[in-house]
Amino acid sequence: MKKKSQSKAAVSRRSFNAGLGAAGIVAGTAPFNIVRAQGAALKVGVLLPRSGYQASIGQDCQRGVDISAGILKDLGLPSLQIMNADTETNVDVARSRAEKLISEGAQLLVGAFDSGQTSAIAQVAEQKGIPLVINIAAAPPITEQGYKFVFRNFPTGVMILRDAFLNQKEVFQITGSAPKTAVMLHVNDTYGTSIQKGMAAMFPKFEMPYQIVQEIAYDPTARDLSVEIAKAKATGAEALIAVSRLNDAILLTRELVKQRWTPMAVLAIGPGWYEDQYLKTLGKLSDGPISLVPWYDPNKKLSQALEAALAKAHPGVSMSTNHVYTFEAMLVAADAYKRAGSADPKALADAIRTTNITNNVSPGPGIMFDAKGQNDKLKGSAVQNRGGKLVTLAPKEAANAKPEWPLKPYDKRG
Amino acid sequence: MIRRLTAGVPARALFLLGALFVGLLVAPLFAGDYVLTVLILILYFAYTGQAWNIMMGFAGQLSLGHALYVGLGAYTAAALYVHFGIGPWIGLLVAIPVAALTGAFIGFLAFRFRVAGVYFAILTIAFAEFARVGFDHFGWTNASSGLFLPVAQYARNDVWQLRGHPVMFYYVLLAATVMAFILCRALLKSRIGYFWLAIREDEEAARSVGIDVFHYKMIAVVISAAMTSFAGVVYAFYYNNLFPEQVFNISRSIDIILGPIAGGVGTLFGPILGSFLIEILGEGLRSLLESFGIDVPGIKQVVFGAILLLVVVAMPDGVWPWLARKLGLAERQK
Amino acid sequence: MPIDVYLNVAVSGVLTGLVYGLMALGLSVIFGVVRVVNFAHGEMMTVAMYIAVTLFSALRLDPLVMLIPIAVVLFAFGYVLQAGLINPFITRPEHSQFLLLVGIAIIIVNGLLIMFGPNSQNVQVAYAFDSFQFGPLIIDATKAYAALAAVAVSAALFIFFRSTMLGTSIRACADNYTGALVVGLNVNRLYALTFALGAACVGAAGPMLLLIFDVTPAAGPAYTLLAFVIVITGGLGSMPGALVGGVLIGLTEAMAGLVFTPSAKSMFAFAILVLVLLFRPQGIMGKRTA
Repeated sequence: MKKKSQSKAAVSRRSFNAGLGAAGIVAGTAPFNIVRAQGAALKVGVLLPRSGYQASIGQDCQRGVDISAGILKDLGLPSLQIMNADTETNVDVARSRAEKLISEGAQLLVGAFDSGQTSAIAQVAEQKGIPLVINIAAAPPITEQGYKFVFRNFPTGVMILRDAFLNQKEVFQITGSAPKTAVMLHVNDTYGTSIQKGMAAMFPKFEMPYQIVQEIAYDPTARDLSVEIAKAKATGAEALIAVSRLNDAILLTRELVKQRWTPMAVLAIGPGWYEDQYLKTLGKLSDGPISLVPWYDPNKKLSQALEAALAKAHPGVSMSTNHVYTFEAMLVAADAYKRAGSADPKALADAIRTTNITNNVSPGPGIMFDAKGQNDKLKGSAVQNRGGKLVTLAPKEAANAKPEWPLKPYDKRG
Repeated sequence: MIRRLTAGVPARALFLLGALFVGLLVAPLFAGDYVLTVLILILYFAYTGQAWNIMMGFAGQLSLGHALYVGLGAYTAAALYVHFGIGPWIGLLVAIPVAALTGAFIGFLAFRFRVAGVYFAILTIAFAEFARVGFDHFGWTNASSGLFLPVAQYARNDVWQLRGHPVMFYYVLLAATVMAFILCRALLKSRIGYFWLAIREDEEAARSVGIDVFHYKMIAVVISAAMTSFAGVVYAFYYNNLFPEQVFNISRSIDIILGPIAGGVGTLFGPILGSFLIEILGEGLRSLLESFGIDVPGIKQVVFGAILLLVVVAMPDGVWPWLARKLGLAERQK
Repeated sequence: MPIDVYLNVAVSGVLTGLVYGLMALGLSVIFGVVRVVNFAHGEMMTVAMYIAVTLFSALRLDPLVMLIPIAVVLFAFGYVLQAGLINPFITRPEHSQFLLLVGIAIIIVNGLLIMFGPNSQNVQVAYAFDSFQFGPLIIDATKAYAALAAVAVSAALFIFFRSTMLGTSIRACADNYTGALVVGLNVNRLYALTFALGAACVGAAGPMLLLIFDVTPAAGPAYTLLAFVIVITGGLGSMPGALVGGVLIGLTEAMAGLVFTPSAKSMFAFAILVLVLLFRPQGIMGKRTA
């Protein structure tokens, strides 16, 4: 897949590498090279955790990369030469893979889902002056570091929460009903705590109809969540707010069923509840939860194209956040390459700064970056599981269904 | 002093060691950034492996939780930097006592109550896990949200603040590795070293000839923990972000000990050789598979694990004792 | 908080603990008799779980039925592994064993990733969501079945070690290695059999656990650690000890989650381990040897 181009500039490095005598290292040091000829494909290094602890997410994101080629072509954008690298869910590997991709001529990097790994890559990108387009990673500090070559087309924790509040209120308005009390269960990891902290800070401003009676944090490595649900149920809250990940979302749902508790609504601020695996594993029991998450606008033309491409390449996989934002990172790369007219990383970074893509997938006006490299125009959605499919309830402009409310009791689903 | 440290070492070994040192000293002039990154990892694991080896290789105490000391060093220095603007070297002066005291606490409990062997190993894992979950709740270091150090572009390398180009980190780690190597040699040649070996070989016999076993095991743990905490300080300033989930993870502890075990536990050069072998094997396999166009997540690790098996089956004492014999570098005394 | 919440959580903790105990039983046998630090224990169990997933999706066999054939498969796997690879390491230092088994663990975790993909998998039995209700007490059916199976398997093992010729020989081996050699026992074969037996326990535990937990390729290491914690807490080589250790850990985690915060519950499990190591190093049910 990777062709190594020759360059004379690095001859002096060769002798040293040969001295090392390690086949691996030599093979990995093809000289840094910029293809200036227009028309040649832009070399995009994609870094994702495709093995190790985060393998399932990394491999899911990879699908968004794999289906991008055809769509970009249809949009009349230049083609990208993808260079894949697996970070193995390890910071050391993430950093050395980023260096290696750049040494092999990558002109732009995309990655890397996890905040820690993304930070490690961002530092390399910044130092080399190679643009990094972050597909997913919500930790706010990443775009607060004054980086000039790091761009994020994914909402920060604060933005996710803001839209979660707004969309909930829309849903409550449509249904004409709202819970008065809620209990919040959140995973105690980077994402979970950033939401929990933001919640404490932002909750008063939004005048939500309910009160949070208790916050319950649980360990990301927990195998058994029966205590957590027992504790939440005991609060007597009407609604359950869950900030979780895929495996915990499945476990939590099972415990809801087994402990015979059907809250008025499950409001999920984060991954898990809408994911393919959740729908497939739980079948009828997967119906009902409302996820308040970065999503796609089902009414946009490009969303339909992306959905079709995904359905063709991976039948049975329903489109979600991982695919959407990873694809949009590729879109940003191709668009910038076209406008820059050159693969020079600096010109590319300048072009990305002036990005204004309105024909896109995610909700909101489109893809554009502020001075910090953050797309602050992104809008979150409220989506609901319905018979193994996902429908969008809010915001109005990106909605395609009315909410089913309240949650159908788990023991009456046959 | 120098004569005492080099006594019994074949001239050939000294020459090769010198050549390796000079090679590493000039490497950044020739190495590209990718090779440099790999070299930094090699030195990092050579250094931490050396520190771990003091406990296991010299004093015979198997620690599977060394990520604990890395994490304590990293978090102490980073938190002082973030909260009070205190630089890493002053931070190190705090980090070392923190790690050393923690090591002393664990050692005290374990050796007092005669917890040994696998039990001790599990105890060290338990404390590392304890710290992981604890730091996940520790608000002062930003709990599980992660502690971010401010990153900016630095016009010049500031060794005092540990801010700058990877080359600077490379030399800092090189200096640390060399010093750790010399320190270990000096320790091995001292009374302490001989007592350690006696304890490692047969604790009961050591006790019966009047060695204060508890005392010398404590020294090993404290030195090892203190040394490891420095690696943590470098880690914090190199990566600029810390997450308990990553820093204290068991897999970090395992990464630290793969090198010295593969290289040769209890040998001086084993941790360094092992670190080179492990990292080069990892990078080499990735590149090799890539060059065959194989992009299957996980396959590299499978081959890596298989090679690890072969090495440990074929060379149970590690690669270095075998290589030293082959090259005629073994010390004359044995 | 109403008292029945405590009751529910306590019962659930005990049941989960028994299942943990079943998983740890195999390690107790391997670690207690063969003295091999089986750092691939949890990974071996994920192998059993994936076999169960595969058989279930192909033949729709209930995990409770598959338990025995999978135990047999793992028995064979364990025998081959011990006789072929691990046996020479029995007399080698622990760190050497550690590297060997970490190598095996890496191969298993990533081999499973390649074969089955990264997503979590489970079995959809008809009774997956059943629960029994006794007044305010709600008992999770799958947990109850798994806990019963755990007790049954350990009882069977207990009887085997007490009342059969082979079991007695294995115990003799564990108590006194040299003595066993002197009286002419074939120690190598006994070790292989014991390791295989331990693996068979894991083979039985895997399908049972699958009723309660999903399996992912990366799940192994956490189970390994948990098994060690339980075995050391309960007492090495003691069958009831593994169950008692499991229950203690399960109950502690549950109650700590309820009373304090669930995110710190594993801290309490480790605290129990540390206390046991310090004050009763042979474990709660272990015999003092030294």
